[in-house]
Amino acid sequence: MKRYSVFAIARQAMSYHQGWERAWRAPEPKKEYDAIIIGAGGHGLATAYYLGKNHGIKNVAIIEKGWLGGGNTGRNTTIIRSNYLQDPSAAIYDKALSLYETLSQDLNYNVMFSPRGLLMLAQTHHEVRGYLRTVHANQLQGVSTEWISPAKVKELVPIMNIDGPRYPVLGALYQKRGGTARHDAVAWGYARACSDMGMDIIQQTEVTGVRTEGGVVRGVETTKGYIGCKKLGIVVAGHSGQVADMAGFRLPLEAVALQALVSEPIKPTIDVVVMANTVHGYMSQSDKGELVIGGGTDSFNNYTQRGSFHHIEETLRALIETFPIISRLKMLRQWGGIVDMTGDRSPLISKTPVGNCFINCGWGTGGFKAIPGSGWAMAELMAKGEPGPLAADFNMWRFREGQFIDESVAAGVAH
Amino acid sequence: MSTRLSKGGRLIDRTKPQTFTFNGKSMAGFAGDTLASALLANDQMLVGRSFKYHRPRGIVGSGPEEPNALVNLGTGARFEPNQRTTTTELFSGLTATSQNHWPSLEFDVGVVNNYVARFLPAGFYYKTFIHPRFAWKHVFEPIIRQSAGLGQVPKEADADRYEYAYGFADILVVGGGIAGLQAALAAAKAGARVTVLEQTAHFGGRAPVDGDVIDGKPAEEWVKATVQALSAMENVTVMARTMAVGVYDHGYVLAEEKVADHTPGDGRPKKRMWRLRVGKIITATGAIERPLAFAGNDIPGVMLAAAVRDYVVNHGVSVGDRTVVVTNNDDAYRTAIALKEAGLEVPVILDARAAVSGDLHAKARALGIRVETGKAVVKVKGGKRVTGVAIGAQAGEGSVLEEVACDAVAMSGGWSPVVHLFSHCGGKLNWDEAQAHFRPDANRAPTNQNGEAMVYAAGTANGLLTGDQVLADAVAAADAALGKASGVAAASVTVPAEGAMLPVWIMPQGAGPALKMKMWLDYQNDVKVSDVQLAAREGYTSVEHTKRYTTLGMATDQGKLSNINGLAVLANALHEDIPRVGTTTFRPPYTPVTLGALAGESRGEIFQPLRRSPIHEWHEAHGAYMEPVGLWRRPYCFTRGAESHEASVHREILNTRSNVGLLDASTLGKIIVKGPDAGKFLDMLYTNVMSNLGVGKCRYGLMCSEQGFLSDDGVVVRLSDDTWLCHTTTGGADRIHGWMEDWLQCEWWDWQVYTANVTEQYAQIAVAGPKARQLLEKLGGMDVSKAALPFMAFSEGSLGNIPARVHRISFSGELSYEIAVPASHGLALWERLIEAGQEFGVMPYGTEAMHIMRAEKGFIMIGDETDGTVIPQDLNLGWAISKKKADYLGKRGQERNYLASPDRWKLAGFETLDGSVIEDGAYIPAVGNNPNGQGNTQGRVTSTYHSPTLGKGIAMGLIHGGLGRMGEVVEFTKMDGGRVKARVVDPVFYDKEGARNDV
Amino acid sequence: MLILECPYCGVKAEETELANGGEAHLKRFGPGSADNDFESYMFARKNPKGVHFERWRHSYGCGKWFLAARCTATLEVFGTYPAQTAEPPADLQAKIKAKRPDWKGY
Repeated sequence: MKRYSVFAIARQAMSYHQGWERAWRAPEPKKEYDAIIIGAGGHGLATAYYLGKNHGIKNVAIIEKGWLGGGNTGRNTTIIRSNYLQDPSAAIYDKALSLYETLSQDLNYNVMFSPRGLLMLAQTHHEVRGYLRTVHANQLQGVSTEWISPAKVKELVPIMNIDGPRYPVLGALYQKRGGTARHDAVAWGYARACSDMGMDIIQQTEVTGVRTEGGVVRGVETTKGYIGCKKLGIVVAGHSGQVADMAGFRLPLEAVALQALVSEPIKPTIDVVVMANTVHGYMSQSDKGELVIGGGTDSFNNYTQRGSFHHIEETLRALIETFPIISRLKMLRQWGGIVDMTGDRSPLISKTPVGNCFINCGWGTGGFKAIPGSGWAMAELMAKGEPGPLAADFNMWRFREGQFIDESVAAGVAH
Repeated sequence: MSTRLSKGGRLIDRTKPQTFTFNGKSMAGFAGDTLASALLANDQMLVGRSFKYHRPRGIVGSGPEEPNALVNLGTGARFEPNQRTTTTELFSGLTATSQNHWPSLEFDVGVVNNYVARFLPAGFYYKTFIHPRFAWKHVFEPIIRQSAGLGQVPKEADADRYEYAYGFADILVVGGGIAGLQAALAAAKAGARVTVLEQTAHFGGRAPVDGDVIDGKPAEEWVKATVQALSAMENVTVMARTMAVGVYDHGYVLAEEKVADHTPGDGRPKKRMWRLRVGKIITATGAIERPLAFAGNDIPGVMLAAAVRDYVVNHGVSVGDRTVVVTNNDDAYRTAIALKEAGLEVPVILDARAAVSGDLHAKARALGIRVETGKAVVKVKGGKRVTGVAIGAQAGEGSVLEEVACDAVAMSGGWSPVVHLFSHCGGKLNWDEAQAHFRPDANRAPTNQNGEAMVYAAGTANGLLTGDQVLADAVAAADAALGKASGVAAASVTVPAEGAMLPVWIMPQGAGPALKMKMWLDYQNDVKVSDVQLAAREGYTSVEHTKRYTTLGMATDQGKLSNINGLAVLANALHEDIPRVGTTTFRPPYTPVTLGALAGESRGEIFQPLRRSPIHEWHEAHGAYMEPVGLWRRPYCFTRGAESHEASVHREILNTRSNVGLLDASTLGKIIVKGPDAGKFLDMLYTNVMSNLGVGKCRYGLMCSEQGFLSDDGVVVRLSDDTWLCHTTTGGADRIHGWMEDWLQCEWWDWQVYTANVTEQYAQIAVAGPKARQLLEKLGGMDVSKAALPFMAFSEGSLGNIPARVHRISFSGELSYEIAVPASHGLALWERLIEAGQEFGVMPYGTEAMHIMRAEKGFIMIGDETDGTVIPQDLNLGWAISKKKADYLGKRGQERNYLASPDRWKLAGFETLDGSVIEDGAYIPAVGNNPNGQGNTQGRVTSTYHSPTLGKGIAMGLIHGGLGRMGEVVEFTKMDGGRVKARVVDPVFYDKEGARNDV
Repeated sequence: MLILECPYCGVKAEETELANGGEAHLKRFGPGSADNDFESYMFARKNPKGVHFERWRHSYGCGKWFLAARCTATLEVFGTYPAQTAEPPADLQAKIKAKRPDWKGY
């Protein structure tokens, strides 16, 4: 792999950039792999990457129905934070955050991780108590986060109206290390690194069946024929139910649409990421200058990648109330993604009823920020056949026991 | 130079001059101008700077496709960045400034990027700024952020208002050009309820500009007559200045009407957001002309051919004295002819096609215009304005055959139908080889709730580019949408014969890398042919990858000009067919929509619906500090003078405990449950038995989710043999009522039970404190003695002549009555109690005093002691769980291993050794770390307060081992990293025997 | 932005008048049931990309719960029927089968 650097760009500039090589190869599938990952989104690619990097398993194929990074990885609002309430969540999201911090260097691809700080506004007394609980929990979990006053909030975000007539800001949970990254670049960077390790990323290829023998996975049927594998990882977010069905088991999941939008670009006006959960809206400003805005999910099962418009309206009302200066800006583009929600809104990184078949799904509305940690934990699970501590609690049998990892408690939010 | 012609301009009114300023310079225009046409009339071609290289940018188009001519509009509270000049109607007093430059439009330091453009190809930022690690956030990113963005940031809240409007139609026609008008006429004559939307202030679209002749008359006359005819029909609504921005599922269409955009401050809403629910949609949205990709095609003065024509014909504005026309199709000849007929010079028409025929060509020749076939623009000369073009063979590699001086270039690369609305809900497109564009596939139209086609494209939007075809297609679309023949005959159109167009994606076709680095595809985002080719070379071969890697089509025009050209360049680079490469997804909105308009009138006080208790206004008038509780606002405390909130709360508590306090409890949920099976039903709903509650009695009950987690609590009252009244928490009222109905309608539908949520029908006031009885006795009318009205009983009667139900229940631990009266009597009762209570020292108290008093008594609070993962057993509420019942909601859930485990944390009280208050949210650490290195925990605080009654900190919390650890000292976390020691105690801190209530 | 016709009041209800209640025709498992059965009742969902039977309440209308057959891939609504129905009506199933020959059935 030719390394990326400012010098490489300067060299290429002399020859009109005619000499750049492919970021990832476009191989035909081999007959068999040590491991197959279904789904070349962020989580799938990260799983493959850490299988190679941490466990030396490099005879890997990542099979993608569409184009890599084209699912939720490429359509989220790129928020990264780790100040979750429950121990298992805090552990995996904080692992992810610490990996994000060095990901550009690790991958030799600038994923533009930008720790611009993240605020979660408390606008009811109940929410205040909930966030204070998170601060205490995070302290014991080793996760950096702090509680800040409304005055400090105003200082960090001068455009915020902290004295709204309905929901004045009473304080905020602030994670300085939180921020954003460039979502496509995360997928592309992992893809380039996987390809460089000799892994095959096979795009435009749909898995149509999972072949098992004696309850153990043997390979997958695809639109490019049968491909054998010793281990199979299913990392397909919104379509997990369909693939699990091919393998013969059911998941505690439902697929719903989540929407987001961007405004037209303007000059820098808000540096930190703001989440306002009482009024349902979150906003940050991208490096291009667009305000990146997200809100709530639809309540009904939906695979169309189109959501219901009233959610967009509700979100904008909330954000105009919070940031009055944005009223005359314009919505440039809105879109939807299909998110897979589990019974407790926390993910699954789990063995399955099928031998050597593993699942990683259920990230709901918060998956992007978990990508490196999720891949790390999933790779460990696939390599060893048993979950490590990061994945252990996210097993799919927790629902039978009633041992939920519920982030929606108190004022917590699952995204 | 560009200038106003002495005559012409079908849309402007020369008797109504309008003055405006651009970058502080005063300019003049006419009513009917757009800001763009007025700027051109004042020779202001240079209007902005591009996103990445800060290259000078001029006006390119004349409509919503414009990528360059965006300005900061207005000032102060009416400041609006990124306003598109081509769709902004001119008005007197308008102020505009150009964007994305420093220090000035003419001299912009950012243009340095242009000189190093070679080092900034597509995606360069992914390949660099990687080391050192902290440099991205602190050095490179801030620079990029500052140079990106476009318009300035508004500084003030919006002075304007916006409103929602609702509309319904059988058939919605989007587009007021001839196709739209013809389709609307056909549908309306067939009896359908029709709405027609036109995005501009004028109907007719391109036909009047292009000189179509309809039914033997100029198109303009037909348009006028048809609009009149439609407006006169009762079943038709015709709306101008209204842009359909998105088509959503099941016939939902969003449209933005510009109401006072061009008359700011006249009191009307700036915009009106129409939410239309329609049966079928006909998109008669026309087409957008494509630029041609030749070197220097972004220099100000290079414009779309049709836009040049628009400015001459519509606004009487010439964009240049000498305009070179470059084209691959016949339509651009209309521009040459229009310019010539306006007395302007057209030195040459460069036609990439080797052979040209047709009426327009013949007419151009006849006017004496030089036509060069098989020729291309090799390069445009000029900096901030075109000065000439270098001409070469289209088939060549860029050898210059001739240079022609000019100050404008009118280009046409063919036309792309506006397919956005057809595509928003999943409509699919076909590639039309002959016309080199994507057009809607009627067989794969988006479908509605019945699985039927929902959107029909008509006319140019359907890929039919000549007038005669357009009107026939419009009637066909109307018939298809109607599901029957309208029987209306299309008007007849006389059109000139046109020759076939030739797809031309770069010019000249053999251009090398140096030229390609100067061929712009996306003007605003500075994406060039070379960038798309680089993306392909590097493996970003999906059209979505290319878009995201190069930012092609991601600018504020969303690729209206660039997408097809970029796609073709990508397909060529991949040696693929264009349709195989496919398009990116069309997402709403069609053009950017004001956020304020989307939010509508929901701002400030009415940002969300406000629920008021009947006593709300009294609270506001008497110093209440309100807190939001759901959509209600409840008094947190009532402050007096300069008192702090904390001091108010403490005063209220001490007064209630020593005299008497009043709490407005009206927001508490009140649900009537009635019927022969009501008792059986409540026994399923509550963990304890409610069926055996005696008439006239009250009982505290718990409700769990089917998972077993405690979800709500409250006092249940048996009103009569078959009627119960269930009190819920404030937040729970609607949820619990819905929950009841869910079980009654969907599971036990044969049970005879009726429910009614009467929360808002009653005001409820808690009168608590040792003098509560005296106060009620003073009001009189009811025996409220211990004997007549014992604890956990109620009686109905009248209190001070107000009909009332008085409950002996207590959440404060004091002698307490909760009095329910019809909502309309709520304020009267409250005022009587305040007045009569003066001699007893009555004071109102708020929610915080209520919280603290209940904590002093060890009563749990839903939302504090519970968080959705807590079961009643955790809270030592086993006494409220019936052991005898075979089933209740949540019972099975509570049998699961994890919920039945003895290791669950259980409720206890805590008192710090030093009397301080444990911090909200504090945890009780345990020894060691878990396998993820996180500190172990053994409990947490759930409620913690300073008790003014006891003069020390008190707390409730959950701890492993619960009350079994009574007397033990544990540590709680502090936010500063320290710990505070606390003893495990009984959670009932005050009046353990309940003596205060037992009077 | 869905429209569903409430089978009780006959109103073609806009989505904002309605509340979704998840998969329809679930069998409740109470005390004494097997762990597996209770788990499936609580969590296992068909979550199909295609024909889905689901519960809706006309919350801001007549207040009634009803059931709907809807395609989660196209949002086509095949029909709505009262909540007091143990399984999808035969005529509705036939209608769906006619429109979606690949449908495996309820």
